[in-house]
Amino acid sequence: MSTESAVTRLPAALRQALPQIIALAAVLLADWLIFPDFFQIRLQDGRLFGSIVDVFNRGAPVAILSIGMTLVIATRGIDLSVGAVMAIAGAVAATLINGGHGMPVAVLAALAVGIGCGLWNGLLVAVLDIQPIVATLILMVAGRGIAQLITEGQIVTFVDPALIAVANGNLLGIPMPVVITLVMLAITILLFRSTALGLFIEAIGINRLSSTYAGVNTRIVLTIAYAWCGLTAAVAGIIAAANIKGADANNAGLWLELDAILAVVIGGTSLFGGRFRLLLSFIGAIIIQAMNTGILLSGFKPEFNLIVKAAVIIVILIMQSNAPALLQNRYRRWRERQGREQERGTQGGAA
Amino acid sequence: MRKRFLPLLVTILVFILAYAICTLQFPKILSWRVVGNLMTDNAFLGVVAVGMTFVIISGGIDLSVGAVIAFTGVFLAVTIQHGLPPELAFILVIGIAAIFGAAMGAMIHYLRTPPFIVTLAGMFLARGSCFLMTTNSVPVDHPLYVRLNEIFVQLPQGGRLSLVGIIMLVTVVAGSLLLHQTRFGTNVFALGGNRAAAAMMGVPIARTTILIYVLSATLSALAGIVYSLYTSSGYSLAAVGVELDTIAAVVIGGTLLTGGQGFVLGTFIGVLIQGLIQTYITFDGTLSSWWTKIVVGLLLFAFIAFHRLLVVLSARRLQAAPSPQRRGQPAETRSAASQPAKTSTEVRST
Repeated sequence: MSTESAVTRLPAALRQALPQIIALAAVLLADWLIFPDFFQIRLQDGRLFGSIVDVFNRGAPVAILSIGMTLVIATRGIDLSVGAVMAIAGAVAATLINGGHGMPVAVLAALAVGIGCGLWNGLLVAVLDIQPIVATLILMVAGRGIAQLITEGQIVTFVDPALIAVANGNLLGIPMPVVITLVMLAITILLFRSTALGLFIEAIGINRLSSTYAGVNTRIVLTIAYAWCGLTAAVAGIIAAANIKGADANNAGLWLELDAILAVVIGGTSLFGGRFRLLLSFIGAIIIQAMNTGILLSGFKPEFNLIVKAAVIIVILIMQSNAPALLQNRYRRWRERQGREQERGTQGGAA
Repeated sequence: MRKRFLPLLVTILVFILAYAICTLQFPKILSWRVVGNLMTDNAFLGVVAVGMTFVIISGGIDLSVGAVIAFTGVFLAVTIQHGLPPELAFILVIGIAAIFGAAMGAMIHYLRTPPFIVTLAGMFLARGSCFLMTTNSVPVDHPLYVRLNEIFVQLPQGGRLSLVGIIMLVTVVAGSLLLHQTRFGTNVFALGGNRAAAAMMGVPIARTTILIYVLSATLSALAGIVYSLYTSSGYSLAAVGVELDTIAAVVIGGTLLTGGQGFVLGTFIGVLIQGLIQTYITFDGTLSSWWTKIVVGLLLFAFIAFHRLLVVLSARRLQAAPSPQRRGQPAETRSAASQPAKTSTEVRST
């Protein structure tokens, strides 16, 4: 680093987050250009309204999923079952609340079921040593069937105001899903970053075998990561169910696992494991939702979303890959060879 | 040698056992009519699963197949509606799919990215292109479709093996020959067994990787054509979740998800097992269709656990008869080391 630019003078944490912050700013700017009232926020009936509030509100389920997914991806794993777990958790909460149980019981039971699903995934990955993509595929296939077993094949609707408030209520004017997302994010950062747990997870992601030799109980740490991912999926599932006042086993959380993975990747967590940044995954989820909202506001078909997402994945893959470094390497080697040949040429001339 | 066929044998046994149980309960299930319907109803799944077998044996995964099937269906419906002859549309769509597969294979190889994320992008792209063409269900009423759907082979007891069923059977046989009898097939096994070792042995890694994904995408397009014939329409939300059914069929069929071992015939039986479960549910009449998902999930778990057990057992055997290099290695490297050993027998026997 010969020249000290403005970028290098920034604090390290902020410098690392720069690409995501620029991307978020660009997407928000585009939204603002499409829809000038984008940043307008008004207070009505004690709750904030506005497009930007909506982005955070609608982005909440993916943001919550991306928290757990970040941990799992950091261990060099993947959890494909989160969408199905969302459906199961929603089904459990809706069925219990209709069975006459209170809101706390329904929510706690749904969370417990989510953790149970995560433990199952963790068991397969950590103890039986099955590759994560395959292990979680089982629950992804069977999970929606289990959810339909619970709802008996119907969409279970409910009217319990306490449960509906999970999605439609607000705290100090802030929509409840946003509050829950921020609380989950804070708890997760506290739990994994202020203890050694986060470090263990990163160590496993880099090399599981040497982590075991270094004394990390890899089985337990892996299981915790998957269980936490199951918990976040359950939270997202309860919000999704409360949002539509019903549990739809077929469509709740459908394809959200892909959005969650995308959010984590946009957030700069490598798919090859070894490092994770929870806050940036959250920003990644918000970027995705801001793009969705922008496409809707601009009057394009919502289906256009998929193509934009594909383009985003491809661009990130090229950026994350070693293609630029490879080209640079090849160029350097070519230069060296040129130099050597020149040298040989001059030596030959001297002899 | 015999151990290599163990997963395939178990799959065949499970199928025969399941069929026997179904027959005990509903004797009519063992009839040519049901067999003919089993072939017709699962034809598209059978075709696409052959391609997936190659991908999984090579150690990859292809999540885009369902989207490519839907894309093919919509593309055919829209272009035929605009007056393109179906034959030309078939050729065009297979060409597009081949380019699509080549692009995915090239990204996987040259950018060194995990196949699942590349094919995930492919899935978004293919689905998105469907939606851009139309979001409606477009019927196809071209005379050629009517004529093709009337082709069938008469089976005993009034059963019919339709054209789409024949296409599936031909694909399975051709795929089996390609996998087990050609150099390309051997390269696929080598790639899945151990990539680095395969490269050192002189296997053309780049070409093989790209060809595998071209094959998978092309067969997905063929499955899309079959699906289009079967439903006589194109719909952009068709074949959602088919990628999972396909992967499940391949795994139930005895292909190792870690790559390096598998059979096209097994995949075919895996497809039939799934079809049988659905047929059973139809015969029963009181069970809901979501039981299919739970049973397939259970089967998936049972087979994966079984494969895992085989790997662990073979690692134990290596430990029991240690060679000087292997003795000092830790447990996890040992199970990994058993993989290339298996591949070398694979290479020799094919």
